[in-house]
Amino acid sequence: MMDNHFQSCIPIQKEWDIVAARQQGRDFSKQIGFGAVDQARIATAISELARNIYLYAQKGAICFEYIEDMEHKGIKIIASDEGPGISDISRVMEDGYTTSGGLGAGLPGIKRLMDHFDIYSEEGKGTEVTIQKWLR
Amino acid sequence: MVLEKYKNLLKYYLATKDEGALYRADQFSKRSLQQDISPDEIVQIHIDALQDLYPDLPEEMRLSLHFLLETMISYGIAHQEFRALREKQFELKSEIEVAANMQNTLLNTVIPDDGALDIGAISVAAHQMNGDYYHFINDQKNIGVAIADVIGKGIPAALCMSMIKYALDTFPANLSNPQTILQLLNRVVERNVEPGMFITMFYGYYNQEDHLFHYSSAGHEPGLFYHALSNTFEKIEAKGIVLGVQKDVTYQQYSKYLSIGDMVILFTDGVTECRRGDQFIQKEEIVDVIKEYIHLSAQEMVDQVYRYFERLQDFDLRDDFTLIILRRKY
Ligand SMILES: Nc1ncnc2c1ncn2[C@@H]1O[C@H](COP(=O)(O)OP(=O)(O)O)[C@@H](O)[C@H]1O
Ligand SMILES: [Mg+2]
Repeated sequence: MMDNHFQSCIPIQKEWDIVAARQQGRDFSKQIGFGAVDQARIATAISELARNIYLYAQKGAICFEYIEDMEHKGIKIIASDEGPGISDISRVMEDGYTTSGGLGAGLPGIKRLMDHFDIYSEEGKGTEVTIQKWLR
Repeated sequence: MVLEKYKNLLKYYLATKDEGALYRADQFSKRSLQQDISPDEIVQIHIDALQDLYPDLPEEMRLSLHFLLETMISYGIAHQEFRALREKQFELKSEIEVAANMQNTLLNTVIPDDGALDIGAISVAAHQMNGDYYHFINDQKNIGVAIADVIGKGIPAALCMSMIKYALDTFPANLSNPQTILQLLNRVVERNVEPGMFITMFYGYYNQEDHLFHYSSAGHEPGLFYHALSNTFEKIEAKGIVLGVQKDVTYQQYSKYLSIGDMVILFTDGVTECRRGDQFIQKEEIVDVIKEYIHLSAQEMVDQVYRYFERLQDFDLRDDFTLIILRRKY
C-alpha cells in the first residue's frame, strides 16, 4: 500500500513528455485499483492536460497524488504551468469551444471524465488544473 | 447484472449464430443507452465476457481488445457531451415555447365582427416565434387593419414586432390616418432597430359609413382587391419605402370604394414565397385557391387557403405565413 503523501511529478516540455505523463498516470491508477476503463479515462484526461501545457504554455508539469477519505481512495492530478493563462475560463468550459471543434474534447470533456475538476488561471501568470477521481 | 446478461447473449450467439440473438443484442444496446452506458464501457463488458467464456484467450487477442477499448474512450466522452447538449437543447426549446406563448398574449388582437366587414385572419410561425404581425382597431365608425413582416425570422424578428405593437399602442386613439401612422412608425423603427433589419407594413382603414378603404404601404407585399361584380382580382398598387431605412419619409395614401361583396386580401411574403420543390408559386395560384373557397366565410377562407399551402410545402413552412381577408357584407 502507498502512503498518503506519495506524490510525483512529470515535467512537460516536449511532445514525448505527454506519453510519459500518461504512462505514469496509468501505472499509478492501476496500483490504486482502478479498472481498465477508468485507467484509460484517467490517461486520456492527463493527455489532454499535458497537451494543453505543451501547446499553449510550452512548459509545465503534471503531478500525481494518492488521496483517500473515510470511504474511498482515489487519484489527484495537478497540471500547472507558468504560461499565458486563460482570460475567460467560462468560455473555454463551454461545450464546443475547443479549437479541435469535435465533440467530447478539451477541458469540458476532462471535467466529465472526473469526479472533481478545478481550474485557476491568471493572464500572464499561468494555469493550474486539478482533477480527482475516486475508486468506486 | 449487465455483464451476466451480455455474457449469456454472446454465448448463445456463438453457439447458434442465431438471428434472434442479434435481435436481442440490438435490444441490449438500446437498454444500455437508456442506462447511460457509454461505448467504451460496452467494449469493457465485451472483454470481460469473452475472458470469462475463454480464459485461455491468446495474448494478442487480449491486447488488441484492450487497444480497442483505449480507442473508444473519446467516443465515451462524446457520448456524454451529446447527452448534456440534448438536455440543454430541450431546456432551450421549452424556454422559447414560454416566450412564444408570451408573445401570443402580448400581440393578441380581437378580430372585429360587429360591423360591415366579414373578417378572417390567420398567422402561423415557420419556427416557434412569429415575425409577422397583424392588428385590428375597431372604433365603431372605422375599422383599422395593420399587417407587418420583419425581414428575417425567429426570435429577433419576434422581438422587433413587439416594438411595433407598443409603438402603435402609444399613438392617440383618434389617429387613424394610414399615411401618418406609417410615418410615425418609420421614425420609431429607424431610431430603434439596427441597420440591416427591415420591416414592411401595410396599414388600411375602412370607413363603415362611406365604405372607402384608405391605405398606405411601407414596401409591403402587394395585396389584392376582389371585385364581386366582375368576379376579378386586382393587385393593390401602393408605393412606399420599408420602415427603418430613411429618417424622414412621407407615405402616399390611396383610397378605394368597396361595393357589397368586394374583398381586400392582405398577406406577407410567406404566402407569395411558398414553394413547390424549388419553384416559387405563381401569384395566379393564390388567386385560384382563393376562388375555390370564395363561397365560404372570410375566416373559413383564410383557414382553407392556409391548409392548401401548408400541404403544398410538405407541412414545413419556410417563412411565417399571414393572410387576412376583409369582405364588405352590407
Ligand atoms: N494551460 C493553458 N494555458 C493557456 N491557455 C490554455 C491552457 N489550456 C487551455 N488553454 C486555452 O483554452 C482553450 C481550450 O482548451 P481545450 O478545452 O483543451 O481545447 P483545445 O485545446 O482543443 O482548444 C485553448 O484553445 C487555449 O486557448
Ligand atoms: Mg486541448
